[in-house]
Amino acid sequence: MFSWQTQPLTWMHFLGMLIGAVIVLFLVLFIVMYTIYFERKVIGWMQNRIGPNRVGPFGLLQSAADVFKLLLKEDIIPANADRPMFLIAPIIAFVPSFMVLAVIPYTATHIFTAGLNVGVLYYIALSSISIVGIVLGGWASNNKYSLVGGLRSAAQMISYEIPLGLSILGVIMLAGSLNLNTIVTHQATDRFGWYIIPQIIGFVVFVIAAIAELNRTPFDLPEAESELVAGYFTEYTGFRFAFYMLAEYVYVFAISALGTTLFLGGWEGPFLPSWLWFAIKTSAFIFFLFWVRATMPRIRIDQLMGFAWKVLIPVALFNILLTGALSLIL
Amino acid sequence: MSTSLRTEEMILNVGPQHPSTHGVFRLVVTLDGEQIIDADPVVGYLHRGTEKLAEGLQYTQIIPYTDRLDYLAAMLNNYALVHTVEYALDLEIPARAEYLRVIVMELNRIASHLLFLGTYLLDLGAMSPFLYVFQERERIVQLFNEICGARLTYNYMRVGGVKWDAPPGWIEKVRDFIPFMREKVKMYDKLISGNEIFLHRVRGIGVITKEDALQYSLSGINLRSTGIAFDLRKNRPYSLYNQFEFDVVTGKNGDCFDRYYLHLEEIRQSLRIVEQAVAQIPEGPVLGKVPKLIRVPAGEYYRSIEGARGELGVYIVSDGKDKPYRLKLRRPSFVNLQILRKLLIGQSMANLIAILGAVDIVLGEVDA
Repeated sequence: MFSWQTQPLTWMHFLGMLIGAVIVLFLVLFIVMYTIYFERKVIGWMQNRIGPNRVGPFGLLQSAADVFKLLLKEDIIPANADRPMFLIAPIIAFVPSFMVLAVIPYTATHIFTAGLNVGVLYYIALSSISIVGIVLGGWASNNKYSLVGGLRSAAQMISYEIPLGLSILGVIMLAGSLNLNTIVTHQATDRFGWYIIPQIIGFVVFVIAAIAELNRTPFDLPEAESELVAGYFTEYTGFRFAFYMLAEYVYVFAISALGTTLFLGGWEGPFLPSWLWFAIKTSAFIFFLFWVRATMPRIRIDQLMGFAWKVLIPVALFNILLTGALSLIL
Repeated sequence: MSTSLRTEEMILNVGPQHPSTHGVFRLVVTLDGEQIIDADPVVGYLHRGTEKLAEGLQYTQIIPYTDRLDYLAAMLNNYALVHTVEYALDLEIPARAEYLRVIVMELNRIASHLLFLGTYLLDLGAMSPFLYVFQERERIVQLFNEICGARLTYNYMRVGGVKWDAPPGWIEKVRDFIPFMREKVKMYDKLISGNEIFLHRVRGIGVITKEDALQYSLSGINLRSTGIAFDLRKNRPYSLYNQFEFDVVTGKNGDCFDRYYLHLEEIRQSLRIVEQAVAQIPEGPVLGKVPKLIRVPAGEYYRSIEGARGELGVYIVSDGKDKPYRLKLRRPSFVNLQILRKLLIGQSMANLIAILGAVDIVLGEVDA
């Protein structure tokens, strides 16, 4: 199997990797744009609406039009904002969201993704950096709603990072590796099949923690429209606002891809090509996230924290214990 | 060296441009961390001086102004005014007109309560119910459109009756609407009342005690949620309400959940009334014998009805002319709003919207 990692680093190889990375980047951007379209259509369908249908056939160009609109908007910086921090915050939130995609194995022949040996750890670590961008944005805006939104998200995302990490531990124990590619190949040969079956508790915890990490309903407190106007990005306009929005949707895609890789067998599956399997599973995951959004009200902030510390973390710890005990016995 | 952290109170200005203040309502909240230590409602952004304007208008001309008070239940506002004038004139109303009034009023109550359900759930972060309720409300609005040609500001009632008779087939349409709406209420009950997240956010929140409710002169669902069975349709019957069978539903705890649930229950009761009214409606004229120029005899008159949000009263001081000397409107939203400060103090910031939403104010009515 061809892999860039096994090749000696020459200028030609570097160029090849660069081209590959850029292709992946644009592909993901394209997917994310249609994730937004997909969300609006799905939620529109669930709410007996039509959803976007004006720009292009079936409204397919709506997301592109939105992005262009945001590009052309004036970039307003509040007079009392902390200027350098205000400018850099969206970038801090945005960049890690793309960086995490480097380790996701999209296909069986992962040419352009890194076969990092600490892939899972890399994902968790980088996605934490985005929180800094969100808190900074909330703080630097010098707006009370932004501040409350930023601090809420700091509390929420740090709390939920722990159950998210713990829920993945069970998978790592089964696979014996932190490398995402290895985890997928293990699932193909494991006697229990995909890890969703032996790790069902871990999967449930993972999904809940993932939704909270994404700041989506029912855990969308940082941007609770009815309470905090728009939360941490209340003061942002134009393309800086788009950065936050894009980061959010890239994470929707990324966490769905991660969930697919860890629990649903990644690209593994019969008959169809591996990339198609990956796409189907990821889409199903994304669809589930949208479904939850259309059905749930919002949880309250103190209940949210209590839920993470008193319910999710003990359950995740119990799962680790159970996995350890079972793998000793079986 | 001091070990305690220095903390500061924060003043947060909620509104008038805020997504969940239901219009132009402003609330100046003083926060200590997440806890509310003071809340000061600022009203008047939608003040149009309806009461003053009415002094320069003939009684029939005032009717469209009442549409703009509680714009979610304009039929009830219409009725409150014409009812008081009719009481002052001691007029006889044709039976069909009275039946039509009851039908449209109860339908309007349903529409208004539906919108409460939608917006309240939207305040709590659930987006879908808001879009769902608009479908049922649309059917009611269509019915109104057919009977009076307007969807929001109806200007339908007149002193002595109603402006238009029901078009052919209209009564049947209302009859068909009742079972449809019953199903939908059942659906909402299933979808919302059992939702764990929703229950956690509204149970035991914003509790109003019986004493407080009486002291603050609350009315409508805010009063009934505390367990006091006071409904003007039963306690001081007007129109035809003593002929219909319906229950006054009350809550037990006076919390936000009771207030939410009473809205659902009241839709059920209103459907019962509409069902009976549709079955009994007689033929006949819809506008009684009323003098061309209505002159209310000199004196003071007060009548109140059970509006969608509480006791909706009209107080007329007349000096015998065709225009009122003074017109005072008792707007339930405005009166109910007064308890908000008491409810909010000591609560956390996250409960603010849940409590404000459940008090159920309409800014057109608060500011008049």
